[in-house]
Amino acid sequence: MSIRRFALAALASAIFAGPVAAAETLLNVSYDPTRELYSEFNAAFNKHWQAQGNEAITIQQSHGGSGKQARAVIDGLRADVVTLALAGDIDELYKLGKLIPENWQERLPQSSTPYTSTIVFLVRKGNPEGIKDWDDLVKPGVEVITPNPKTSGGARWNFLAAWAYAQQKYGSEEKAQEFVEKLYKNVPVLDTGARGSTITFVNNQIGDVLLAWENEAFLALKEEGGDNFEIVAPSLSILAEPPVAVVDENVDKKGTRKVAEAYLNYLYSDEGQRLAAKHFYRPRNQAIAGEFAKQFPELKLVTIDKDFNGWKTAQPKFFNDGGVFDQIYQAQ
Amino acid sequence: MSSVTLSASASANAARRGNVLGRRLLIISAWLVFVLFLVLPLFIVLSEALKHGFGTFFGAIFEPDAISALKLTLLAVGISVPLNLVFGVAAAWCVSKYEFRGKSILVTLIDLPFSVSPVIAGLIYVLLFGAQGFFGPWLREHDIQIIFALPGIVLATVFVTVPFVARELIPLMQEQGTQEEEAARLLGANGWQMFWHVTLPNIKWGLIYGVVLCTARAMGEFGAVSVVSGHIRGYTNTLPLHVEILYNEYNHVAAFSVASLLLLLAVFILLLKQWSESRINRLKASAGEE
Repeated sequence: MSIRRFALAALASAIFAGPVAAAETLLNVSYDPTRELYSEFNAAFNKHWQAQGNEAITIQQSHGGSGKQARAVIDGLRADVVTLALAGDIDELYKLGKLIPENWQERLPQSSTPYTSTIVFLVRKGNPEGIKDWDDLVKPGVEVITPNPKTSGGARWNFLAAWAYAQQKYGSEEKAQEFVEKLYKNVPVLDTGARGSTITFVNNQIGDVLLAWENEAFLALKEEGGDNFEIVAPSLSILAEPPVAVVDENVDKKGTRKVAEAYLNYLYSDEGQRLAAKHFYRPRNQAIAGEFAKQFPELKLVTIDKDFNGWKTAQPKFFNDGGVFDQIYQAQ
Repeated sequence: MSSVTLSASASANAARRGNVLGRRLLIISAWLVFVLFLVLPLFIVLSEALKHGFGTFFGAIFEPDAISALKLTLLAVGISVPLNLVFGVAAAWCVSKYEFRGKSILVTLIDLPFSVSPVIAGLIYVLLFGAQGFFGPWLREHDIQIIFALPGIVLATVFVTVPFVARELIPLMQEQGTQEEEAARLLGANGWQMFWHVTLPNIKWGLIYGVVLCTARAMGEFGAVSVVSGHIRGYTNTLPLHVEILYNEYNHVAAFSVASLLLLLAVFILLLKQWSESRINRLKASAGEE
């Protein structure tokens, strides 16, 4: 009897104390490497929001591969804001779900991208394979770790950075395709998200080089100590622009538009920009970028808009079904 | 003649010796596999969890996100197991006491969740109840949230644990046949009395065993729940999902601490099973003495 009563009590307390919504909640659906950034930013924003005379809000976080997260929002995950790895994934919210207007990227400064990053290499201490640039990744026997471009935003930046390098160096698209095909032959595991790949490389000790977001590479160094890994900056990389957007359909339904917009705007404030830099994202604000200049190596960077005609062209050409990635990966 | 029998008994002896050797080998290899694949990993989970002492261990377990994951897990188990209990008994009753067309199809369907990958089980519900899914527009209009919320998590859990109770009961009830129930009927019992006093005592053991398995699986389910959860921290993360998140955040000690919490729950359930078994056996024994 007592067990039954205990079970009932446990169940009842679980129901009543369970996930009951607070006064106002905001759900930020984000991609993999931003966990640490947003857990600090959310606290800072809440303080700022209350200082302006508002009630405290509960900010919820969801993280995963960028493509997967966009899919979940389209399938009905009620995100107030999305902070994903690339514009192409947020475009899907318009294309498949009509959750946001087509011109969403014009609504906030800098194409709705409050911070940027780039793609660098993380290698094991002492760089035993002597990896200095993209050419070293296609050598036979070198194991490269990168996630699956179908589900991961970071993986798509990785792919395009490699492509841009090969195209500039060898002069044609055919050569570039051969180059990335060789590169992906050296990939033993394709994880679904950037964090999964980092764990594969750092904890499970698989592979010789990890293609990583610069911020993710710095974080891995910080978390695991600088004793086991080092960062190698290639001669050319890509300006990775992870944008943000308010999900109109959801905020209008929940009545959270005001706080959602304030939340994203706060990313552009001095404090938001400093927090981004602290978590190894490159701030957009030039003055604050200057404060952290020592932290980030200077790199030659191509951009998605100038060199690939934007995600609206690059996504179908490279990553949709039957695109370049499918061709090279199925050929194996 | 005698030489033939002699050699026959010698070869029988040799066979027996061979048997003994084979038996020992089998037992040793069974233990080896058991230690290598079960005991060692469990030991590693616990030792990793306690690497920095009990302070960090309890810190990870009583952290708010972990507590809410625990609550959500228990809630999902508390809803899905009773549902499957009722369904399992009803299905087993149907299959074992009645003859009807399509019976074998029903039995096969009950097994379906065993053969379908849990990820697909999750996707089925996304396709049905997702915003782009079959019922999506209607649900959205009426502001009902199924996937990425508790109902979706319960549905996915129910789906993967459907077979456990029914699968335990069907062979048991088939073996027992319908004679005792018929006798009860002849002596004037109504349907409920017959079930309560005749059927239930007969299937009690199997029922408890099925419920235990069902509970253990429901608590540990990862794949199907992962698809429909939405991974909102502190809201739609169950314990197994929380373990993965912690691990992905370089928080190994916390990940293994929460993992060992799951482990403790599992051990608790096994003990519950053992206890109920011994009680039933005692009941049986005392009934035999009378």
